[in-house]
Amino acid sequence: MALTREEVEHIAELAKLALTEDEKARFQEQLSDILEHFQQLQALDTSAIPPTATVLPLRGVMRDDVVTPSTPTPVVLSNAPQATDDSFEVQAVLD
Amino acid sequence: MASLTWLTIREAHDQLARKEISSVELTQAVLDRIAALNGRIHAYLKVAGDRALAQAREADARRAQGEDTPLLGVPLAIKDVICVEGLPCTCGSRILENFVPFYDATVIERLRALGVVILGKTNTDEFAMGSSTENSAYGPTHNPWDLSRVPGGSSGGSAAAVASDMALGALGSDTGGSVRQPAALCGVVGIKPSYGRVSRYGLVAFASSLDQIGVFARNVHDSATLLGAIAGHDPRDSTAMPTPVPDYGAALRPDLKGVKVGVPKEYFIEGMQPDTESAVRAAIEVMRSLGAEVREVSLPHTDYGLPVYYLIAPAEASANLARYDGVRYGLRKSGAEMWDTYTATRGAGFGAEVKRRIMIGTYALAAGYYDAYYLKAQKVRTLIKADFDAAFAQVDVIVCPVSPSTAFKIGEKVDDPLQMYLSDVFTLNANLGGICGIALPCGFDAQGLPIGMQVNGPAFGEEKILRVAYAYEQATEWHTRRPAL
Repeated sequence: MALTREEVEHIAELAKLALTEDEKARFQEQLSDILEHFQQLQALDTSAIPPTATVLPLRGVMRDDVVTPSTPTPVVLSNAPQATDDSFEVQAVLD
Repeated sequence: MASLTWLTIREAHDQLARKEISSVELTQAVLDRIAALNGRIHAYLKVAGDRALAQAREADARRAQGEDTPLLGVPLAIKDVICVEGLPCTCGSRILENFVPFYDATVIERLRALGVVILGKTNTDEFAMGSSTENSAYGPTHNPWDLSRVPGGSSGGSAAAVASDMALGALGSDTGGSVRQPAALCGVVGIKPSYGRVSRYGLVAFASSLDQIGVFARNVHDSATLLGAIAGHDPRDSTAMPTPVPDYGAALRPDLKGVKVGVPKEYFIEGMQPDTESAVRAAIEVMRSLGAEVREVSLPHTDYGLPVYYLIAPAEASANLARYDGVRYGLRKSGAEMWDTYTATRGAGFGAEVKRRIMIGTYALAAGYYDAYYLKAQKVRTLIKADFDAAFAQVDVIVCPVSPSTAFKIGEKVDDPLQMYLSDVFTLNANLGGICGIALPCGFDAQGLPIGMQVNGPAFGEEKILRVAYAYEQATEWHTRRPAL
């Protein structure tokens, strides 16, 4: 289950992770080893087995629609790397 | 007078209630201990001494007014993945180096209501991803029993703090063993509650179908007190079950008459440290002598737990950690355009293990690989859970080792991720099955390092595991040993 360098770069792009050349080389080797180890799962016949996403019996839990006080905007913005007035500041998405 | 820092939570409570000591005296003694030792052990990332003393004064004032709770004025440590209003919450990561939550996690709110004193935030593998606390961006924690060794992880700071008398108890989080494994490697008691038993509101998310907040203490009684304090329904976490919280203290009894103890043959494997196997087998004989009926059980899909966990947890993590984009909180590294800023921020802010897991998870969820990896892992998870259901139809608890070996050397496994992952091989499946487990000391190896045993019970069977652990603990003295520091 050897990953190519192109696959490593593609996954990093999907995950929006900047990797150094050294990281790409290391991850190519390590991820190949790890995925190889995971091949043992293919030995099990699971064609009749449903998947488990959560062990809880609860689905779609709703709370009562009660209005409660919100956190004041300046507090919400207190951890923002960049903020102006009452907004998070980001780069333009569209030209 | 014996050192105040050695007191158990129950002893501290009793002395506080009799007004023999004040919370300010107790808290100051623990802060002095931290000042003397934290430089060598590095259990705490942040010590909040002034705040802790203010909380201690408040606790003393509440007691003077006649109030009493099992935790009023008791100083505890909190893993740095749980939000405490006004204290940094770094998750052991550079990306959250300057993040200061403006609210308390539900578990913190509950502890505060009971009058707990919060000493500070403890070291963790970055975003709780690791088994040694070496993945912290702020440097490793050292095992109090041997400073050249790891404390386990990811809640290694909390475990080391409790083991070295730098806290009377602590909170951690357990996604694949991150409370039980460090508890075992540091010789303290650690509980991973059932999935849904404790609210995760204010716990920084790693893998949402597996994460659970757990507790550390120096004995089973104290751990039961802490669990009872934080457990229960929370409208702010849809996975916190409305099941009533029993009086865990009432479950503690000194005998095991009528208790069926299962021993899973798949957990006594080749390559396990011989000291570990013999200590756990001896512990099972102690349980038999206390009246337990011991029988072998089989969990046939045990071996598949490692690949299932290391696909599901990274997949969920890759989604959860998408939020670290430098917009609302955390580090921002600006690039030419928005996407450049995202990739640069995440490239600079995350460490190697977090990047590795985001990569594995993204791969497992990617088009073309989803069915073969992620969906396959979810299906095998069904089989692992079914193994537990079948076993718990025959026995009350399952007893096994926590970790295949005692504490390993710092640096020994950092360059071999797969070897590191194997240190969780006995703890992962409890999270996949959503069941509860407690780790407690059951011996020492030839080098004097603690050995841990795990007592697992069915989902919401905390009373069963506490009863078994307590009876064993009462019959033995391992939990009374302290590292020489």
